[in-house]
Amino acid sequence: MSASVESHDAGPPAAEHRDYIGAKLGMWIFIFTELILFGGLFVAYGMYRSMHAHEFHKAAGELNVVLGVINTVVLLTSSLTMVLSIVAIRLKRKGQSMIFLATTMVLGCVFLVNKFFEWRAKIHHGLYPGSEHLMARPPGERLFFGLYYGMTGLHGLHVTVGVTVMAVMLVLLRRDKIRHDDFIKLENAGLYWHLVDVIWIFLLPLFYLAA
Amino acid sequence: MSTAAASIATPTHGEPSFYAGSSRRGMLSWLLTTDHKRIGLMYLAAMLTFFLVGMTLGVFMRLEHLTMGPTIMKPTTYNALFTLHGVIMIFLFVIPGLPAVFGNFCLPIMIGAKDVAFPRLNLLSWYLFMTGATIAITSLFTGGGPPDTGWSFYVPYSVTTGTNVTMAVLGAFVIGFSSILTGLNFITTIHRMRAKGMNWMRMPLFPWALYATAWVQVLATPILGITLLLVILERVFHLGIFNPAIGGDPILYQHLFWTYSHPAVYIMIIPAMGAISEIIPTFAHRTVFGYKAIVMSSMAIAAVGSLVWAHHMFTSGMSETAIIIFSLLTFLVAIPSAIKVFNWVATLYKGSVELKAPMLFALGFIFLFSIGGLTGLFQGALAINMHIHDTYFIVGHFHYVMFGGTGFAFFAALHYWYPKMFGRMYNERTAIVAWVHIFVGFNMLYFTMLVLGMQGMPRRYYDHLPQFHGGHIHATIGSWIMVAGLLMMFGNLVRGLFRKVEIPANPWGGVTLEWTVPSPPPVENFEILPVITEPPYTFNPVSKEPAP
Repeated sequence: MSASVESHDAGPPAAEHRDYIGAKLGMWIFIFTELILFGGLFVAYGMYRSMHAHEFHKAAGELNVVLGVINTVVLLTSSLTMVLSIVAIRLKRKGQSMIFLATTMVLGCVFLVNKFFEWRAKIHHGLYPGSEHLMARPPGERLFFGLYYGMTGLHGLHVTVGVTVMAVMLVLLRRDKIRHDDFIKLENAGLYWHLVDVIWIFLLPLFYLAA
Repeated sequence: MSTAAASIATPTHGEPSFYAGSSRRGMLSWLLTTDHKRIGLMYLAAMLTFFLVGMTLGVFMRLEHLTMGPTIMKPTTYNALFTLHGVIMIFLFVIPGLPAVFGNFCLPIMIGAKDVAFPRLNLLSWYLFMTGATIAITSLFTGGGPPDTGWSFYVPYSVTTGTNVTMAVLGAFVIGFSSILTGLNFITTIHRMRAKGMNWMRMPLFPWALYATAWVQVLATPILGITLLLVILERVFHLGIFNPAIGGDPILYQHLFWTYSHPAVYIMIIPAMGAISEIIPTFAHRTVFGYKAIVMSSMAIAAVGSLVWAHHMFTSGMSETAIIIFSLLTFLVAIPSAIKVFNWVATLYKGSVELKAPMLFALGFIFLFSIGGLTGLFQGALAINMHIHDTYFIVGHFHYVMFGGTGFAFFAALHYWYPKMFGRMYNERTAIVAWVHIFVGFNMLYFTMLVLGMQGMPRRYYDHLPQFHGGHIHATIGSWIMVAGLLMMFGNLVRGLFRKVEIPANPWGGVTLEWTVPSPPPVENFEILPVITEPPYTFNPVSKEPAP
């Protein structure tokens, strides 16, 4: 008995209850909550866009479509490398899996760097919430940029979290805590990364292509 | 008996209880535990502390109304007090209360599992809860002083006030995250870890209630998350989404806030109903009436209850069509709640009712919740809503639901599962005397509020007009009786911990799985995982001691 008591409290993974479907179910529920979190912002966007359609249209023209599209390609590619990393570990190719995962991380960082330059340019032009320049414009444009910073900011935060999670996964892979017969953690990290990707796919047309 | 493998007749005395069976010693055995029972007790300790703080604030508010004009405080202090009372009671006690304490402690045992699906995530939830609570409490002493917006943080005032709203909102945000993770954990646990043979229709009603609640937690809480986040962004970066000065719309805030906060009412009440559905059959010594109806009504409340939020906003400015639809939906959600009340009462019919302390609290729940629910319908009716909006009627109503409902159910559950949790027993007679005080004081306090509200006493005022004076004195005296009862109850429960008595596995004659394991349960809950062969609440008079 003492052995199982110990395993229960200290929790070495070997003796722990392992449930692949359960772990995935938990992750999917978490993804629902993330979608609803962004859902509140999408509702706000929908409402204000219907109220200020013309001003949204005009403000969207000021965003850098090229940077937006580059970032979309970067993020979509990173989702591909993420999937490849999972496939690789299932085929017992640990080294390859780590390389693909690291590539995903790099692409995530590239996305953030692009975002940084994009935001910096906007702020440089005086386009940020509460700025005099923006307050001189009509309400619809102010709201557009408020939502732009709010939504891309929250998305950027998710990218940052995703990259951090992948760093942890990389360590786990290295230490053989993620193996070809126990890869649920990596798969769940992948699900999270795809979520980040999917949200961006909605942000791109709503902000960059709305012009 | 609902189990075949594990039964009361085969005690498992060989195993140490979960208090003894830990590889760590002292505080660390608690702070680093992943045992759902220990986590449940840690929540209990934290929440009862918060409850006592919230109760004290409430007593001060009542004292302020003992005389007209300033009695013991200034208006600004009163504003801070009702905000804190609301934030502490709602976010730190009523919303997380039953799922976090009794859900954690009992859910795995009641479905025949050794723990929840994600034990470490469970511990993380507790730490998030404590972090959020700490942030919220720190907000009182730092920044521009304690928040004075009311617990609902309505914009634009919450964006413009100089008090420490940002931090209080951040605290609520973190607590919300803890709530989501608990809900996620429970859903997965119930889907994946039920004992062999326990199909959905053999699951006891408390786990069923937790299941319905968990879905509301998971689906509604993120809305609060994003809303509170936007308030913070609004205050720090002037984003403008809710700020009419920039172009935003404060009504949007109210919609988003209540899209969470009305379902939150069902996060509070559904697990309470679940606990009552356990206690009533145990003390009526007969099977619950209408098991399927209770199950379905839990799910129906969760579903319909998510669609009624705008009834908090009838006077805020909405299209008449929207108002009528939300009024209709509000009336609809009363139906499943009423179904439950009828089922509990029908369970008592021809049962051998035993009026022990948990049962008295449960019966108190049915009475008070019925008043709370029916006064809720008053507000769902459009014409009356205009008259009683923002009056004491509202305050009385939601105290009947949250305190008379969830609070009484919490205390009922506490008395019911106390012997299981601690392996000790409180003094039954003191518990009943305390219950009488709480019940009488409660009605003196809050029923008076209903009357005052009908007469036009507005809520959140630190002073009152002469015509309300008699009512206010009556309510304040009621609050003293109630608090005396509450203190008696807590004193009795604490004293019970030091009374050395041998508690059998099943002191009440309950038939759900938690009564088949020793009190307190061993670390792994079950030596042999049970196999379920019958529906729950199958009382077998032959194998039980004769009913009194």
